[in-house]
Amino acid sequence: MSKDAVVTAQNLVKWFPVRMGFLSSVFSRKELFVRAVDGISFEVNRGEVFGLAGESGSGKTTTGRLILKLIEPTGGKITFKGQDITNLTETKMKPLRGKMQIVFQDPYESLNPRMTITDILSEPLRVQGIGSETEIREKVNKILEDIQLVPPEEFLQRYPHELSGGQRQRVATGRAFVLSPEFVVADEPVSMLDVSIRADILNLMLSLVEKYHASFLYITHDLALARHMCDKMGIMYLGKVMEQGSTEKIVYEPLHPYTRALISAVPIPDPTLKRSDIVIKGEIPSPISPPPGCRFHTRCPIAQFPLCKQKEPPLVDHGDGHLAACHLIGNPVWEKHVSM
Amino acid sequence: MPTLEVKDLVTYYRIMRGSVKAVDGVSFQVEKGEALGLAGESGCGKTTVALSILRLLPSGGKIEGGHILFRDLDLVDLTPNEMRKIRWNAIAIVFQGAMNALNPVYKVGDQIVEAILTHESNTSKGKAEERVTKLLEMVGIDPTRAGNYPHEFSGGMRQRALIAMSLACNPELVIADEPGTALDVIVQAQVLKLLRELKSKLNLSMILITHDLSIIAETCEKTVIMYAGKVAEYGDVVGIFKEPLHPYTQGLSRSFPSIKAERTRMESIPGSPPDLLNPPSGCRFRTRCSYAMDICEKDEPAVIEASKGHFVACHLVG
Repeated sequence: MSKDAVVTAQNLVKWFPVRMGFLSSVFSRKELFVRAVDGISFEVNRGEVFGLAGESGSGKTTTGRLILKLIEPTGGKITFKGQDITNLTETKMKPLRGKMQIVFQDPYESLNPRMTITDILSEPLRVQGIGSETEIREKVNKILEDIQLVPPEEFLQRYPHELSGGQRQRVATGRAFVLSPEFVVADEPVSMLDVSIRADILNLMLSLVEKYHASFLYITHDLALARHMCDKMGIMYLGKVMEQGSTEKIVYEPLHPYTRALISAVPIPDPTLKRSDIVIKGEIPSPISPPPGCRFHTRCPIAQFPLCKQKEPPLVDHGDGHLAACHLIGNPVWEKHVSM
Repeated sequence: MPTLEVKDLVTYYRIMRGSVKAVDGVSFQVEKGEALGLAGESGCGKTTVALSILRLLPSGGKIEGGHILFRDLDLVDLTPNEMRKIRWNAIAIVFQGAMNALNPVYKVGDQIVEAILTHESNTSKGKAEERVTKLLEMVGIDPTRAGNYPHEFSGGMRQRALIAMSLACNPELVIADEPGTALDVIVQAQVLKLLRELKSKLNLSMILITHDLSIIAETCEKTVIMYAGKVAEYGDVVGIFKEPLHPYTQGLSRSFPSIKAERTRMESIPGSPPDLLNPPSGCRFRTRCSYAMDICEKDEPAVIEASKGHFVACHLVG
């Protein structure tokens, strides 16, 4: 663990029990679980933007919520600035919550329609008991300038329905940053927004991260955006991290066949580029009973049997903190796959 | 002769407060075996264009002017009965939202059979079922799954089933409305690959509606960039991506980061699209355009051919 780590996850696990009907719960011996997150570790350093990417159902949103303790982990350890927060009570968590914030995906649902922008932006301060009324007003005005909703007077008394989607997501971002947090999670913050304004929101987030020296966990399925946002990235598949490292390494020298498949599937806005028509087959399997061994073996273009089906590959460092979980890295089949 | 020619199409929606000028003078052509991408932000009128072509506008929506020429017909003038003969037999659509476009209480196979029987009165049910088997095979679904309900299909399979349904009566032209959205990136790549393959195998003409320029770059030969119910730029994909002339197209392409390109600061287009009840005078993009001049407020820019096969509507050009 590096000294700079603001947040770490160590072997984090979250299983959700599958709700069963009365009869099946009587007759079935085994309780079933959705293994949303199944033993992942990573750390986010101060001032760093860490991206979690993967298909839907890979467990990235659950990870974001676990880290903030919005849901209780089934196993593993979470630390914040060196302090183990895995088993903290809500009362003990409360002061830390001001330092750990989240921006949700859908600004049409994450803002209370009955609260004015002033109420929305000042509520975190009131909950944390920060400042007098005058100070709160100053802070709200300042954050409105930060999120470029100016002049503030024009927005203070408005309700969310009087704002556009982009403006709403700015308010949601402001609500997260008004407490000067040290760690912010953003869960697909632009997927509900129109393409022409996505870049604005992402640039705003990056500038706030810089201004407040915060660390940022960016959860996304859009690798093209992630590449422009993140310093480091983790690629998740069925609750596991498949590959992790600097964004440059992941994009230009991906090691894992899954990462390679993901990157080659991203459409490129250049009609003259000849694309490879190699697309991996199938869709992500159910996390209720994930495939044994390597979870990706059912779709992997180079899976070797019985090895990949029997043994789960560990996440191994292949130099410079570039981690990958694949048995075949360095193997002739893999070399051939990579050279294609 | 092009498969489809849309000429000065005008479609408005009447609401209490007036007319929403959703499509206001849009023209383009689709040649045989060619894919045309219709791109723009939400609310720019791309889906309305598609619904106008199929004459499936919701109540309140009305084609106020222009022509939609297909074969020797002007679809705008057809009676509902005549139009029913064109729909599916000649022009089919893959509706947006693979998750919701299938009826949840009917088996997938039966829904495709229904599409065939509705449009071909002299086909027997047995023949239709045989064709469903072939169609499902063609889109890469195991035909034994025809008896499944939509909830037993994954998102990608549902999208494939909808594509199979659109091809059920051998149409000449298929309109695909946001075929990749709401699918995971790998599944989206699979679906786009399938569309490309089907297009060349069946020599289909296609209109692909999407907000994602990179999907158009991968799939289409021509593109129409729409803004606020108007054509901003229209032409050959390579020309438009290499040398976008309209400030809106330039802005859109800058807001699309490429995974392969250098890591750069992303850019947005400031502001948001205008209210189409009262669109701005002159050029509709002028309120967000950083090059806007006096003339942009007064005169609406005409669509001119800037270079061969590359049309643009902007006062800056020419």
